[in-house]
Amino acid sequence: MTSIGTGYDLANSIFSPDGRNFQVEYAVKAVENGGTSIGIRCKEGVVLAVEKIITSKLLKPNANKRIATVDRHLGIVYSGMIPDGRHFVDRARDEARAWRDTFKTPIATADLASRMGGYMQAYTLYQSVRPFGITAIIGGFDPSTDLPVDGEVGRGPSCGAGGKVPGKTFGGPGLYMIEPSGLYWGYYGAATGKGRQAAKAELEKLDLAGPGGESLTLEQAVKEAARIIYVAHDDNKDKDFELEMTWISGPDGPTKGLHQEVPRALREEAERLAKKALESDDEDEDGKMEE
Amino acid sequence: MDHRPQAWGRPRDDVYGPYDASYLHNNQPKTATQSPIVTGTSVIAIKFKDGVVMAADNLASYGSLARFTDVKRLRPFLSTSVVGFGGDVSDMQFLDRHLNELAIDEAYEAEGCSAGGLGSSAQEPDASPGASKGQLNAANLHKYLTKLMYRRRNSFDPLWNQILVAGFDSASAPFLASVDLRGTAFTSPSLATGYGAMLAQPIMRKYAATEEDAAKLTRDDAVRVVRECMKVLFYRDARSLDRFSLAVVTRDGVDISEDEVLEQQSWAFAERIRGYGTQTV
Repeated sequence: MTSIGTGYDLANSIFSPDGRNFQVEYAVKAVENGGTSIGIRCKEGVVLAVEKIITSKLLKPNANKRIATVDRHLGIVYSGMIPDGRHFVDRARDEARAWRDTFKTPIATADLASRMGGYMQAYTLYQSVRPFGITAIIGGFDPSTDLPVDGEVGRGPSCGAGGKVPGKTFGGPGLYMIEPSGLYWGYYGAATGKGRQAAKAELEKLDLAGPGGESLTLEQAVKEAARIIYVAHDDNKDKDFELEMTWISGPDGPTKGLHQEVPRALREEAERLAKKALESDDEDEDGKMEE
Repeated sequence: MDHRPQAWGRPRDDVYGPYDASYLHNNQPKTATQSPIVTGTSVIAIKFKDGVVMAADNLASYGSLARFTDVKRLRPFLSTSVVGFGGDVSDMQFLDRHLNELAIDEAYEAEGCSAGGLGSSAQEPDASPGASKGQLNAANLHKYLTKLMYRRRNSFDPLWNQILVAGFDSASAPFLASVDLRGTAFTSPSLATGYGAMLAQPIMRKYAATEEDAAKLTRDDAVRVVRECMKVLFYRDARSLDRFSLAVVTRDGVDISEDEVLEQQSWAFAERIRGYGTQTV
């Protein structure tokens, strides 16, 4: 790397003459070594999935969860340095709790992304700290109905809140990805970690942004997420992996607005389909070679 | 001019006399929450063989004024327990927010989506809901509330509530216990707070005097007894309402209905009451 030996990578708070912060770029390298994480946002909700590399056969299967819940309706998955991610999640939970303390209502996905983006960015500014070695994907579903106030005792007025514009809808699914620099954008589909290139290519095929995005159901999204993690996994280089998936639907959907692990039956079905899709792909390629 | 800065900008002692600062120093004891303001009346609950039934009316009184008539005084906790609040409504709201926070933190540890969760959280997502291992059950919750109430009483700032907690204990048996503003805790097959302790408790004891009796009651029986008690309470308690909430806790979860109405009321007995009102005889 060009930065080595120039001295501009020795501390966080020093720019190189061409305007780069090398410590942040090294943090991105740490992310690029982590297991692939993806998030898919569809009309009915959000799916988060992670390729959990099994580093030891002595680890208990299905334990050591990687996707974390924040409040009740938000999920965070991350690639990179896992301890950094754990701390990031702890901070996100603190933010969600502080939001409730102040506003007596759950934090919106966009607000959590904003606060956590600010937190990540603060770790690029000072000599005394290093940037987070993770890229985090935050998914959530903000209810379209009036939010309950914590501790409310009655139903309140029957005529509803004032100041509403007819026909305007509120809430809905949200998906944000935060990078080590603190940069965050909202996405239709997000991927990070080792297999992000392959995963992004697959996500783009789903046409989540266009009118087709409306037609993708949450269950289809779960199956696509499983398939993409399998596609992004590099069989030759890596050992076995476990697929961990969570989802968040609206109040009418299967999770009733909560962030939950995808039920085992559905996950196994999705994995079966994913393996099948991979096999048929391989056959196609073999066929072409013979031709 | 006075050379002492602490005297600048103050009324001059030689003109107005020495400043009387006594009102700044309050030597009285702390007087936080000496009496409840907006209050809820009785909460009643009875165990049956598969769980617990609890009821409380939907009224919050401001003194004798029926001020709020759609107040939810039965609160579910983690869909495994129900907490019923009698007494001050603002303290109930405080406790409700506190328990909500507690429930969110509990779910982080228990559900398996935990960043810190190690081996013990290796639950399959299909594991049945309810008081699963590692999650706070009603007995734990009651113990916690007891400590909280006792601590507040000892700091002379009590939460002015009497609380019933219903759910299941760690042996998965129906659990019902109470704690009051002094931190006094006890348990019984049937429990009632406020007026209910005098008017409803004897009725419930007819059906569930002992744990063995309670274990024979069916859900329908228990609900019927509780409805009967709510009716008696409405007849006799001037701070009560004929609309109430009814919660049934079973191993399948919590079932709360907040729009129950007392049916088939009969006020014929009222004619025979002497000693109140305008009668001359």
